[in-house]
Amino acid sequence: MPKDFEPTRGIGASSKRREDIRFLTGSGRYTDDINLRRQTHVFFLRSDVAHGRLTGVDTSAAEDMPGVLKVFTGADFAEIGGMPCGWQVTDKHGQPMQEPKHPVLAHEKVRHVGEPIAAVVAETLAQARDAAEAIVVDIDELPAVVNMKDAVKDGAPKVHDDLTSNLCYDWGFVEENKDAVNKAFEQAAHVTTLELVNNRLVANPMEPRVAIGDYNRSDGEHTLYTTSQNPHVIRLLMGAFVLGIPEHKLRVVAPDVGGGFGTKIFHYQEEAFCTFAAKAVGRPVKWTSSRSEAFMSDAHGRDHVTKIELALDADNNFTALRTDTYANMGAYLSTFAPSVPTWLHGTLMAGNYKTPLIYVNVKAVFTNTVPVDAYRGAGRPEATYQLERLIDKAAHELKVDPIKLRRQNFVTEFPYATPVAVEYDTGDYNATMDKLEEIADHAGFEARRRESESKGKLRGFGVNCYIEACGIAPSNLVGQLGARAGLYESAMVRVNATGGLVVMTGSHSHGQGHETSFAQVVADMIGIDENMVEIVHGDTSKVPMGMGTYGSRSLAVGGSAMVRATEKIIAKAKKIASHLLEASEGDIELKDGAFSVAGTDKSVAWGDVTLAAYVPHNYPLEEIEPGLEETAFYDPSNFTYPAGAYACEVELDPETGHVTVERFTAADDFGNVVNPMIVTGQVHGGLAQGIGQALLENCAYDEDGQLLSASYMDYAMPRASDLPFYDVDHSCQTPCTHNPLGVKGCGEAGAIGSPPAVVNAVLDAIRSGGKDIGHIDMPVSPARVWEAMNV
Amino acid sequence: MYDFEIERPGNVADAVKALGQEDAQPLSGGQTLIPTLKARLAMPSVLVSLAGIDELKGVEMRDGALWIGGGTTHATVMREAADSYPALASLAARIGDPAVRNRGTIGGSLANNDPSACYPAGALASGATIETDRREIAADDYFQGMFTTALEEGEIVTGVRFPIPQAAHYEKFIQPASRFPLVAAFVARFDSHVRVAITGASNEGVFRWREAEAALGATFAASALDGLTLDGGEMISDLHGSGAYRAHLCGVMTRRAVQSIV
Repeated sequence: MPKDFEPTRGIGASSKRREDIRFLTGSGRYTDDINLRRQTHVFFLRSDVAHGRLTGVDTSAAEDMPGVLKVFTGADFAEIGGMPCGWQVTDKHGQPMQEPKHPVLAHEKVRHVGEPIAAVVAETLAQARDAAEAIVVDIDELPAVVNMKDAVKDGAPKVHDDLTSNLCYDWGFVEENKDAVNKAFEQAAHVTTLELVNNRLVANPMEPRVAIGDYNRSDGEHTLYTTSQNPHVIRLLMGAFVLGIPEHKLRVVAPDVGGGFGTKIFHYQEEAFCTFAAKAVGRPVKWTSSRSEAFMSDAHGRDHVTKIELALDADNNFTALRTDTYANMGAYLSTFAPSVPTWLHGTLMAGNYKTPLIYVNVKAVFTNTVPVDAYRGAGRPEATYQLERLIDKAAHELKVDPIKLRRQNFVTEFPYATPVAVEYDTGDYNATMDKLEEIADHAGFEARRRESESKGKLRGFGVNCYIEACGIAPSNLVGQLGARAGLYESAMVRVNATGGLVVMTGSHSHGQGHETSFAQVVADMIGIDENMVEIVHGDTSKVPMGMGTYGSRSLAVGGSAMVRATEKIIAKAKKIASHLLEASEGDIELKDGAFSVAGTDKSVAWGDVTLAAYVPHNYPLEEIEPGLEETAFYDPSNFTYPAGAYACEVELDPETGHVTVERFTAADDFGNVVNPMIVTGQVHGGLAQGIGQALLENCAYDEDGQLLSASYMDYAMPRASDLPFYDVDHSCQTPCTHNPLGVKGCGEAGAIGSPPAVVNAVLDAIRSGGKDIGHIDMPVSPARVWEAMNV
Repeated sequence: MYDFEIERPGNVADAVKALGQEDAQPLSGGQTLIPTLKARLAMPSVLVSLAGIDELKGVEMRDGALWIGGGTTHATVMREAADSYPALASLAARIGDPAVRNRGTIGGSLANNDPSACYPAGALASGATIETDRREIAADDYFQGMFTTALEEGEIVTGVRFPIPQAAHYEKFIQPASRFPLVAAFVARFDSHVRVAITGASNEGVFRWREAEAALGATFAASALDGLTLDGGEMISDLHGSGAYRAHLCGVMTRRAVQSIV
């Protein structure tokens, strides 16, 4: 239950973000701020054609240019492992997906605009760039495949010659349910069908990617500084699969990172290159992506084309759901790409509803475009968008209230096993919908609509619900689903002699505020000041192990590991306290930073116990070791299931097609909340990205595979002036039943839950003007709205 | 960018002389040129910065017209033309963001003649005169198509003389990514005539919508534009809108500009 007052410290307090002091005063330390002695610079020569056969890469002139140390081509990496894919999906016939080779530098063929062909390492970046222009590249251009449905036709040009086709996999979920689903459609009283596009996006974190490779020949240790959400994962993937460096000789450091949004999860060629080249040239090698490079080399997001159908009975109960999706993989499989349209998408197709029969078909397709992988929400926004658009369409076809139709079909009893393999542990979807209707002032909408109409504008109200599966664990489950990694998290808690704590967590923080909220949890458990707890992350030499930050998992999984480690600390500290207090261990209580003996006034302070652990003069040495340091690995028993209801109110200018978001309301159930201010901030950021997808952002290619939206001149990022003041609420709280904090995760909700509400609102506005256009694809740009209304 | 020399002349005569060197290029704000250089899409041997030439700067009334020095920034025009020519000051105030407005200049914008720039619409609709180091050019003769002007090699825009209309308004509909005009209309109402210039829409760059001018000259009211259309076939068609959409927006923006005036 929500706390009826907000505490001033510990769990539930809106502690100010301690990391903001350095971020807001320009004293953060990002990868590009690191400059090593004798550092060199690399410039990547990238393909400007989408598809072609590399017939020659002549580097001889470049090698003689001033300042050049070495020029690398694909041939230099022919004997080295390619970029690994971290997830293997099994298709509907039980066969593994088609998995192409993914070279560090293009070899024999280029497969997308932006693919690195050669790399020049020189004393300065300008020299490297000058030399790159002297490389003579011969490419026999081949026809490009860009459109997914064309790519899987017979005779389509093949992105990978050694694969049988451009189809990565054809996935059916749950294949055994297919016939029953089809039968339900035959018996349906009503069927609603919708075809839609989930637009391709570029994540565009404020900080572009950077990699610096360093090699110490005296001890054989490699160090990679990189802009990563998960340095340990990079260490494992790059060390084991690409370069063959054991973990004890490879350190990966991800210092302050200026936003990730998914695109900094993956292991990229530039990281492997800089690590490899540093040894080859005997000097550190640095690469800093330009924004132009980022557009054509950071993994993109979304890019699904879907047909979805809903069957309803005569009482408007959902009886079956069927989807047919094409998911773009791009030219290669990025690290976790195969999992996004399958296990992070198909498993969420039940949404908040008790639809008994569901069949999801996903065809993952190779095209001559930048690889596509997880982007804030990753699969779950795609699931939510199609489902919530479809339900809205069904409501209008059936002439029933969209909120009422949703409520009628809500899952209301928990735990609830969906027909798509997951079990929701807890939730209360009517509660968030009640809260939404209240704070969105749904009742006052008609008056606001009349006011807009008096100004010649149209006004629309749109809602949607969402559910997400967060945490991305347990490991044994994801292993069965094809993950090639465990998905636990680890934490090490080190208590210093004078009582301060350092928590080393595998959950990297790149904007989420972990350094503040994690400290709140540990301080709360012990009853000490938050400032006594320091959070350390982002360096494989300091943190024992880490699976990283994505899937809104940091607090639910990483935080739980931290709780488990702290519990071990407290258990040991109680043993020490019982010795000091000469009392039975079972009688020792820890409260407000002091250990006391139940029912007495005898107590010993936290600092006295920690000092005893390191100065064990009066200490039970025969029972326990000195020192106070514990490690825990936490592997959850289930995903967590944050859920909520969102409402968007738009005003539409019918003369120009321009849409403004006038109000946006989010009622979320994140379970327990550690820092309400940070949670609100996470939702705000997610909403900006969701509204950005809905109204502005569009990564577009032409039919030759040229990137049309290759800069901010054509790729529209949401800006403050595009967004309203949000009404955000997270007072509906059904705590997660299976992690120690009862938390669910909040990082992706805003991006998952907002696009359908925006589009539903736009369609409502257009309908109010007398035209029912049925659907409009994102981004709902002024031009598209005008064309839909007038052409 | 590639290596180049930079010269900072203190007067126009020295600037013209410096621009006589092979592959020399003037730098007047650099809001287009600097990104072009960074992308290595241009390779001038010498950049001649006009930033240090005082005679290119200023906003003042001269013989009943508003004179703006070619090297005057948008931010300066925004402030100093606010009383004398508020519609033009408003145009300047809505170019780019503060960083752009504090660096970009009117001369730089007019010399570049980007088909989606704001100033060409203001100059053309006002019937401005472009002053250069060697002559005066009427706006009607100056704009000659996308990125093309009457300027000769090495010719510098030293100032722009704006006749001040009785009333004027610049109505802009922005392209969502770049925030340049997708289509914008500058309507200037003079005692005896009306001029309408459209930017952002045409493959030919800024243009006068003469049918709209004639109609508004007869009756200055939004309704005078009823039934007037432009051919979308000649308009820019891209990711952000078709030619037909742009042609439609020309009407909407012009009508709104007129409504803001009356």
